[in-house]
Amino acid sequence: MTSITLPPRLAEIAEDFGALADRDRLQLLLEFSRELPPLPDRYADRRDLLEQVPECQSPLFLAAEVSGDGTVHLFFDAPPEAPTTRGFAGILHAALDGLAADEILETPGEFSSQLGLHDLVSPLRLRGMAAMLARIKRQVREQLASS
Amino acid sequence: MALPYDSAPKFADYAHPEKLVTTEWLAEHLGDPGLVVAESDEDVLLYETGHIPGAVKLDWHTELNDPQTRDYVDGVGFARLMSEKGITRDTTLVLYGDKNNWWAAYALWVCTLFEHPDLRLVDGGRAKWIAEGRPVTTDVPQRPGTDYPVVERDDTKVRAFRDQVLAHLGQPLIDVRSPGEYTGELLHMPDYPQEGAVRGGHIPGARSVPWARAAAEDATFRSLKELEAIYAGEVGLRPDDDVVVYCRIGERSSHTWFVLTHLLGYPHVRNYDGSWTEWGNSVRVPITRGENP
Repeated sequence: MTSITLPPRLAEIAEDFGALADRDRLQLLLEFSRELPPLPDRYADRRDLLEQVPECQSPLFLAAEVSGDGTVHLFFDAPPEAPTTRGFAGILHAALDGLAADEILETPGEFSSQLGLHDLVSPLRLRGMAAMLARIKRQVREQLASS
Repeated sequence: MALPYDSAPKFADYAHPEKLVTTEWLAEHLGDPGLVVAESDEDVLLYETGHIPGAVKLDWHTELNDPQTRDYVDGVGFARLMSEKGITRDTTLVLYGDKNNWWAAYALWVCTLFEHPDLRLVDGGRAKWIAEGRPVTTDVPQRPGTDYPVVERDDTKVRAFRDQVLAHLGQPLIDVRSPGEYTGELLHMPDYPQEGAVRGGHIPGARSVPWARAAAEDATFRSLKELEAIYAGEVGLRPDDDVVVYCRIGERSSHTWFVLTHLLGYPHVRNYDGSWTEWGNSVRVPITRGENP
């Protein structure tokens, strides 16, 4: 078993999932879907500024912003009738929002394997979460390169 | 003790009106003894966000499949599942779900393999119930367990396997995937990448009829006339034809199987659940690319 080093908040979330029985894991994922913050006005009125993640099975749009102090803020948009996708976005938001750009870039793409969701959610959907992270990283890299 | 059938005029045209209920009928009968309502969705969390009061969850991914072999649960596993959900052999089992009842039709088809006597779909599914402002709840019902009998799965009537499809070539086949998957441009469904196959295209001779053509904008089934225009008119199916339907893993084609079997009343329709994820990965099976069958 190789272990993956995760940013502290993500490691904590993985630990929380790991401590639960299957049914409770779904409940926790549901909580993350509810806690996903709504888009701020500047995105709610301009959804075209968000990038779609076509690897997700339901519509999911996101944006990553690198601020002046080098921290990254994340914005997600997913419909309420797609709670699983919203839950994945909620996990990423809770774990990564506000981290430094290089901490985000170092987050391992295979982190979703640490959440113990394989038996509950089809592998295809879990790949959707990895795809969100990949697109966040790409946006962060592009902004770092142009700053 | 089966519940009365829904006598909605729209259903009377269909070959088997007893296989459908309206949202009105369901609202009226919620809580009746002998009825169990089950929600089966593509999104595994949707039930938890709110469901029809009293409905149990039936998860296609974790509950209807064998966890190891690519197959469905066996008779013992199905009996255990039904008993846990509080379903008896006499229960009127009414299924509904998201995305035009796509997964609910799949669950109904799997239950058909075990010949559960009274299976019905809610016309319009979850979307219609919610659009009509009917009540939903997050309360999970605690139904008393039952002792559902062990009934061996019958794979001979409504299920087709790869070698049977090979022997079937030249007879009617319906490919219900998207046009891009049919021609071979796409190895997977739009928006569902990587659940694919190493080869693209379709089974030789298969006609393309995307499954959602059988559904209206409000997720209900199209009228008998509209369905006949598609399947008999455009495709030229005849009621006594031996028909095999397929998609990618057998879920979308369950919807078309339901339409052909229960709405149009064709008695010899089988669902090839191996579908493109088996055919498109099999060595030396024939494949056609492009728009022609």
